Amino acid sequence: MGGYIFKRLGLALAVAVAVSMIAFLLLRLSGDPAIAIAGEGARAADIELVRKTYGFDRPLPVQYVDWLGKTLRGDLGESIYFKQPAAPLILAKLQVTMVLALWSIVFALAISLPLGVLAALYRNSLIDRICLALAVFGQALPNFFFALLLIMLFSITLHWLPVSGSDSWRHFVMPTIALGYYAAPAFMRLLRAGMIEVMDADYIRTARAKGLPARTVVFKHALRNAVVPVVALAAVQLGFLLGGSVVIETIFALDGLGYLAYQSITFKDFPVMQNIVLLLSVIYVVLTLASDVANAWLDPRIRVR
Amino acid sequence: MSAVPKARPDDTVLEIEDLSVDIATPRGRLRAVREVSFHVSRGETLCIVGESGCGKTLTSLAVMGLLPAVASRRARKLSLLGEDLLEASPRRVNALRGDRMAMIFQEPMTALNPAYTIGNQLTEVYLLHRGGGIARARERAVELLGKVGMASAAERLQQYPHQLSGGLRQRVMIAMALMCGPELLIADEPSTALDVTIQAQILRLLADLQKDLGIALVLITHDLGVVARIADRVAVMYAGEIVEEGTAERVFAAPRHPYTRGLISCIPIPGRTATGGRLGTIAGVVPHLVGEIRGCTFRERCPYARAECAAEVAVRSIGEHRWRCVHEELPA
Amino acid sequence: MASTALDAATAIVEPAGTVVAAPGFWRRVWKNKAVVGGFGWLLLIVAIALLAPWIAPYDPYAQDLANRTVPPFWYDAGSFAHPFGTDPLGRDYLSRLCYGARISLLIGASVAMISGFIGTTMGMLAGYFGGKADLAVSFIVTTRLAMPVILVALATVALLGGSLWVVIMVLGLLKWDRFAVVMRSATQQVRSLDYVAAAQAAGASTRRVLLGEVLPNVLPHLIVVATLEAASAILLEAALSFLGLGVQPPLPSWGLMISEAKTYMFFSFWLIAIPGAALALLIFGINLAGDGLRDLLAPDGPT
Repeated sequence: MGGYIFKRLGLALAVAVAVSMIAFLLLRLSGDPAIAIAGEGARAADIELVRKTYGFDRPLPVQYVDWLGKTLRGDLGESIYFKQPAAPLILAKLQVTMVLALWSIVFALAISLPLGVLAALYRNSLIDRICLALAVFGQALPNFFFALLLIMLFSITLHWLPVSGSDSWRHFVMPTIALGYYAAPAFMRLLRAGMIEVMDADYIRTARAKGLPARTVVFKHALRNAVVPVVALAAVQLGFLLGGSVVIETIFALDGLGYLAYQSITFKDFPVMQNIVLLLSVIYVVLTLASDVANAWLDPRIRVR
Repeated sequence: MSAVPKARPDDTVLEIEDLSVDIATPRGRLRAVREVSFHVSRGETLCIVGESGCGKTLTSLAVMGLLPAVASRRARKLSLLGEDLLEASPRRVNALRGDRMAMIFQEPMTALNPAYTIGNQLTEVYLLHRGGGIARARERAVELLGKVGMASAAERLQQYPHQLSGGLRQRVMIAMALMCGPELLIADEPSTALDVTIQAQILRLLADLQKDLGIALVLITHDLGVVARIADRVAVMYAGEIVEEGTAERVFAAPRHPYTRGLISCIPIPGRTATGGRLGTIAGVVPHLVGEIRGCTFRERCPYARAECAAEVAVRSIGEHRWRCVHEELPA
Repeated sequence: MASTALDAATAIVEPAGTVVAAPGFWRRVWKNKAVVGGFGWLLLIVAIALLAPWIAPYDPYAQDLANRTVPPFWYDAGSFAHPFGTDPLGRDYLSRLCYGARISLLIGASVAMISGFIGTTMGMLAGYFGGKADLAVSFIVTTRLAMPVILVALATVALLGGSLWVVIMVLGLLKWDRFAVVMRSATQQVRSLDYVAAAQAAGASTRRVLLGEVLPNVLPHLIVVATLEAASAILLEAALSFLGLGVQPPLPSWGLMISEAKTYMFFSFWLIAIPGAALALLIFGINLAGDGLRDLLAPDGPT
C-alpha cells in the first residue's frame, strides 16, 4: 500500500502547485493591485511607490515564486480591510468553518445512512419511494432559501435558536442543517445502491446460513461493505463544503472562512481573498488524498498484500 | 416421492415429505420443485443428482429456509431431528441454522465476507450459538481448521479471505459449517467450482469428516462420478421431481428410470465403457414448468415413452429402491 | 485523485443507436413517469417564460409606490388585481416571476451549452486518444475540482462587475468538470466498438470519426449531464444573485428577489416563499427529467 500512497501524494503535490499558480494569477489578472492598495483616487506617484514597495514591477514568475516562498513560510501578507496579518485571521476563521463542515457531514450521514439502509431493504416499496422522493426534493431546494425557512421557523416563530453570530453551539445548529442537507441525497442513493448490490452477494447468504439474526447480517456484514464508497464521498464532500459554506455563513453571520471570503471579496481585500482560495484548494487536495487512502485501507484486499 | 408413510428409525436426521417450491414469475407460477420426499439418517450420505435447473439447489434452500423472496415453499412434512421446521418461528429457525443444520455453497471465492478475517467469521457462528468467550471460540476454530486439513491454523485466523486460494476457502467454509457440530450438513456442489485435483481432495475430506463426526450429509451434484465415489444413497432429480431413489449400489447397477439410465450412459465408467464406444446422450430439453403439469415430465425425451405416460404416473418400488415410471422394468 | 473519480465512473455503455432504435423505445418513454412528469413540468415553465410578455399582467419593472407590498390573493388584504402580490417597490410579483423564469432558463441553458462544449471536447479527446492527452485532461480536471467554485465565481464576478452575461461566462468556464469526466468514460467505452474501428479502417479522419461515430453514441450521456448541470447552474446563479454578486437589480432573477425580500420576510413571508418555491419546483422538474433520461438512455453508464 506504500506505493499507492506515494503515487497519490505526488499527484496531490502537483495539483497543489497548479492551484497555487491559478490563485496567484486570479488576482493579478483582475486589475492593478497597486491601485487597490493605494486606494481610489491616489496620485500616480503614490501608485508607483506602492508598486515598487510591494515589488509589483517585477516579472510575474518572479513575483509568483516570491509569493509562494512567503506563503509556505506562513507569511500571508496583510489584510487590507482588517489591517492585520492575514495568516492568523484566516486560520482563526478556518477553525469555525471546519467545525461547521464536519458537523454538516455528520448530520448528512446521520439522516442518509438509515434512510439508505431502509430504502434498500424495502426496495420498490412505499418506504423506498418516499426515501427517493425526499432525495429529489432535497436536491431541488436552494440552500439559501432553506436557510431562510429554517430561520423563519426556529428563530422567528419558535424562538428556539439565535439567528446570527457564532458564540455558542446554538448558533451552529441551523447552519449545520442548512449546509448538510444538500449532501444527504447523494449519500443516501449511493448507500442504497451499494446495499442492494451487497445484499445479493454470496457472503450474505453464508451469513444467513449461519443463523445470524437479521440485524447482524445487515449491519455487520452488508453495511460494512456497502458504506465504503459513501465514506470516500463524504471526505470529498467535506472539501466541497469547506469551500461552499460562503452563502450559509453569510446568511447566519457565522464568523468562518466563508464569511471572511465574502467580506474580502466585497471589500476587494486581495491578500485575504487569494489566500483563502489557495488554502481551501490545498485542504481539498489533502482531503481527497485522505479519502483515497481511507478507501484503500477499508478494503483489506488493498491494505493487506 | 409420495410413498406410504413408514415409521422411521430413531437416527433419522432430516425428513421431508411432499416438499414443493413455487416461484412467482411475470408469466405465472413456476413449479420448480414438486412433491419431493426423502430422508437422511445419521452417518449417511445422500446424493441428490440432476442437471442444472432441476431444482436441487432450491430444494436445499427450502430446507434451510433460505429461499429468495420470490419463492415460496410448502410441504406435508419438513422436520429436522423430529422438530417441525414448517411452523417454527423465524427465531427458532435462526437458532437451528448454523447450529444443528449447516450448508456450504458452490462458490467458495465469494462465499466469505472480504472485510473480515477468517477467524472473525469462524468464531462468529460459535459465539452466536454457544456463547462463551472468544478464547474458547478461537480454540474451536483452530481445532476445526486442523480437521479440514489446513496447516498453520492459528496464523490463518488472522488472514483475510482474499489471501487464500479457492480450495482453502472451501475448507474454511466446511470448517465454518462444522463449528457448532451440526447433525446435518448440506453441501451444494461444493467442489464444482474448483480444480479437478482439489475436487477430489474436498470430496474425500467431506467423506472422512462424515465418518468421523457421524453427521448426515446431503451432497448435491450434477456429477455422477461424485455420486459413485461417496454416496450411500442416491436421489435422481429431473424437472423438479425425484424420479428415482435408492442405494447407490442398486441405482448404478440396475437403474429403473429411463433418465437415470440415460445419465449413467453419458459418463465413461472405467472397466465398463468399451474403448472407442459411444457415450450416450439424452435428446431434447427440460420442459417449461409453468402452469398445470400432467403426467411424466420426461416423456418427450424418453426412448421408452408410451401413451400412458401422459396420465398420472405411479411410484414403483422394490424394497428401498423407488422410481416413478410406467415401466416395471426397462428393456435392456 | 482524478483517476479514482474517473475510474469510478467507468461502466458498460450502450451505444445510443441501439438504445433509441430498439423497439418500444417511445413506449418506454411514455411509461417512465419521471421523464414525462419532469419534461411536462419543464415545458410548462418554458412556455410561461416564452409567453411572459403576453401572460404577465404588468411590466415587471414598473414600480407602483401606492401599492407597496400587497399580499397575494389568498390573503385577506390581497386581490386578483395582483394575484401574487407586489414587492416593496410596488412591482407585480406574478409578472416578475414570469420574467424571472426567463432568466433562470437562460442561465441554465447557456451555462450547460458553454460548459458542455468545453467539457465534452476535453473528455472526448482524453477518452479517444488516451495516453498523454488523458493524463493532461485528468490533471486539469483534478485541479479544477480542487478549487472552490462558488468562491472563485464570487471573486471573478466581483472583479468584473455583476451582470447576467458575466455570470453566464464565469459559470460556463468553471462548470465543465462533470462533462469532462463523464464524456471521457463514455468515449473510452465507445472507442473500442466495431463501427468505430470500421470507420478508422476506412481511412476516416480523426475529426470525422469523433464527430460522426463517437459523438452520436455518447450523446445520451451528454444530455443527462447537461440537464443536471443546468439545474446546478441555476442554483448557483440564484446563490450569487442572493449575495449581490450575480445578476443586478432591477432584473427579476428569483435569487435576487429573495435577497431583496429577506428583510421583510417576517411580515411578508410570501415575498421569499414564492420565488423560492418557483426555484425549487424548476430544479425539481429538471432533476426529475434528468433522472428519468438517465434511466431511459444510459442506465448503466458513468452518470
